[in-house]
Amino acid sequence: MSDDSALHLAVNGMSYSVTAEPETPLLYVLRNDLKLKGARFGCGLGLCGACMVVIDGKAVPSCDISVAAAVGKQITTIEGLGSGEKLHRLQSAFIAEQAAQCGYCVSGVIMSAYALLERNPSPRDDEILVALDGNLCRCGTHARILRAVKRAAAELPQ
Amino acid sequence: MIASRKLPRSLETNPLLGHWLRVNREGTVTVYTGKVEIGQGILTAVVQVAADELDVAIERIRLEPADTRYSPNEGLTSGSRSVEEGVMTVAYAAAEAREILLERGARALGVSLEQLTVSDGVITARSGGSISYWDLADDNLLKRNASGQVPLKPESERRYVGVSLPRRDILRKITGAPAYVQDLDFPGMVYGRVVRPPTYSARLTALHDGEVRALPGVIAVVRDGSFVGVVAEREEQAIRAARRLARLAQWHDVPSLPADMTPAAYLQAQPARSEVISEKSIAAAVPRTELAATYTRPFIAHASMAPSCAVAHLHDGKYQVWSHTQGIYLLRHELARALGVEESTVTVVHAEGAGCFGHNGADDAALDAALLARAVPEKPVHVQWMREDEFAWEPYGPAMVVHTRAALDESGNIVDWHFDVWSYPHVARPGDRDGVNLVAAWHLEQPFAPATPSDPPLPPGGSHRNAIPLYDFPNQRVTNHLVRKSPLRVSALRALGAHANVFAIESFMDELATAAGADPVEFRLRHLRDERARAVIEQVAQACGWEADKRSDGTRGRGIGFARYKNVGCYVAVVVEVEMETVVRVTRAWAAVDVGLAVNPDGVINQIEGGIIQSASMTTREQVAFDRERVTTRNWDDYPILKFSEAPTVQVVLLNRPDQPPVGVGEGATGPTAAAIANAVYAALGARVRDMPLTRERVIAALT
Ligand code: FES
Ligand code: FES
Repeated sequence: MSDDSALHLAVNGMSYSVTAEPETPLLYVLRNDLKLKGARFGCGLGLCGACMVVIDGKAVPSCDISVAAAVGKQITTIEGLGSGEKLHRLQSAFIAEQAAQCGYCVSGVIMSAYALLERNPSPRDDEILVALDGNLCRCGTHARILRAVKRAAAELPQ
Repeated sequence: MIASRKLPRSLETNPLLGHWLRVNREGTVTVYTGKVEIGQGILTAVVQVAADELDVAIERIRLEPADTRYSPNEGLTSGSRSVEEGVMTVAYAAAEAREILLERGARALGVSLEQLTVSDGVITARSGGSISYWDLADDNLLKRNASGQVPLKPESERRYVGVSLPRRDILRKITGAPAYVQDLDFPGMVYGRVVRPPTYSARLTALHDGEVRALPGVIAVVRDGSFVGVVAEREEQAIRAARRLARLAQWHDVPSLPADMTPAAYLQAQPARSEVISEKSIAAAVPRTELAATYTRPFIAHASMAPSCAVAHLHDGKYQVWSHTQGIYLLRHELARALGVEESTVTVVHAEGAGCFGHNGADDAALDAALLARAVPEKPVHVQWMREDEFAWEPYGPAMVVHTRAALDESGNIVDWHFDVWSYPHVARPGDRDGVNLVAAWHLEQPFAPATPSDPPLPPGGSHRNAIPLYDFPNQRVTNHLVRKSPLRVSALRALGAHANVFAIESFMDELATAAGADPVEFRLRHLRDERARAVIEQVAQACGWEADKRSDGTRGRGIGFARYKNVGCYVAVVVEVEMETVVRVTRAWAAVDVGLAVNPDGVINQIEGGIIQSASMTTREQVAFDRERVTTRNWDDYPILKFSEAPTVQVVLLNRPDQPPVGVGEGATGPTAAAIANAVYAALGARVRDMPLTRERVIAALT
């Protein structure tokens, strides 16, 4: 493929250019080209939320959007939230509540919660539940995860 | 005199201490364990006991992933045995290593053992003078067999065990760092996908794959009998090529599945091998009231969040395979047979997957990857199953039917108890004697037959796990009817037979309590002498504010369920509250748990919370569907599991018994929760539902 077929993506405040078929699901570009493994594959049909990223402020399953459709938009992945030195308050809350078993669902859950807190910093419990209903967790960590999201919501962003 | 102790099984079979531990001169300790992380937090517990028994700061402990090149062979990570076996083995090995280090230290310092104290690996003599483990360590240090003569530390001297230390793996997972086998990424890695037959019995008759070979990125199309796969440069190219192949492939098939979906009909219609597993007749009974009931469970999927995955690399004629298997050595053995190579040419390295809850497609994906890697030597091949393949091909937890009959005397006590279990075998893992238990092996040109599934004997049992009640009945007879051949592929799913057996025992206890006019909690206690069992029931009743004879408001109710897992493991009592909405909604749950010594109390609580929520999902929502030809459950919309808005809150009371040996907890809540839900539905509505899942339709049917 020639260079002019490269697609330009804005991910976590950085710009990348990748060469892929335009209809490639964004998920595979994030994982295999950009080596951002935090969005996970769970179903490929937008049913489980394991691959959730935030695009222009909205939580979107990255398996369900083509890379071409993500061009020109602001993409945030879990890697963009915080790293070992400086964690996002959601991530700190997940540690405080030990809100994971296998943890496979957790990065997607955090991205859904992140989109929610960005538009609604102090959500009610039922608003949290609705925001997380696009995420599945097989380990049954739901109760802990809810506690973690509530804890993060109760802490004001610095 | 020092009595020789009974060592954990793993240490008896692998006595060389150096297989378990290495003390490094740079101030760290490496622990090798054959047990693997399956989302249960086991590795955190391993690190805790190692640090305590060695007297070093926990930060110094390093863990090596399980690897057939050096890990001790600990069989499987399953059956909630990892604490008894894996964790305790490391504890004993670490205690012996400390003793050896102390002996060396005493010699180096020229003092007697009694003169020494240790803190964070520094040995100090009372007379002054000190030396560290790191100075004493050399390659010969642990070239010794365990003596079985070194006791573990008393509780008062433990610093980490019994403390809720945070999980080590959590930071990686919440920051999105590579953490799973799915995230492995090697230079030059390519991507594979497999095209499975449309049904269990279909055979490939033709595949005109020319156009697929011409697709961009396609490196190889692999066909071996009815095994079809593709390797491509990029993952999406492999997926597209596999979809195209699926459309081009022509199959021959004859419908092979039973027409009748209800477990009772197809299970009980087949020949069974029947065995009485418990018989007791102590007292002449004067029965007054007789009750009988039949309970069923459908096939249930593991439905791990991550479809199975493996990476395989054929390099210099040797295979290296990364897998989220539960048994690296068993998988290596099976892979070597299926590939027709020497076992010594295959290395299996464990890499974490998502929570598996038993035997899912992990091992199968490893053979898929190896077969594709064989076609493209020197290139690492990454294979992840599509979600549809995971649902269609994973081995399910088998369907079961339980028939119960009991008699009450005139004071409302159970005087006679009959319990009959019908089930398919619960285990068909890699490494079973005859045949090969890996899907792709069945489809090769030179196919292997699947091994005959087996059912583990009691204890712990498979189909009959927890079939023998812990209650003290004067007369009882428990019979296991094993039906050899399941129409669907089956193997171990969390709790095995205990899910249906405890569901049946504990539902029936409630039915009998009602017939006796007794409160369910009091009725259980009056039939139970085991003090630890009584304690969890009493504690859960207290935690939830159980009120005897509480009347339902017509929509809401509470129910209790209890079991001692495997009759030798952890004690768990669960109370749930349900509300009837358009579905049975479990709103709240309480549990009281006794695991003996809790190495990591929060880890135990996490497992119980998860076990309750998952069991609520299985019990009220889940069943694998099929028609005459094939499994029709293909994705999450066919197999809804509990969502965030549907999950109960859970409160866990952990009974502290540091004097009792630790036992695993992962599977302890599954059965009690199932029964508690059925009992709560009855308390709410007066509807007794005996068939899982407890759907709205079944509740309505039971009302009328
Ligand atoms: S993988 Fe994207 S929603 Fe499941
Ligand atoms: S923690 Fe395992 S799927 Fe959610």
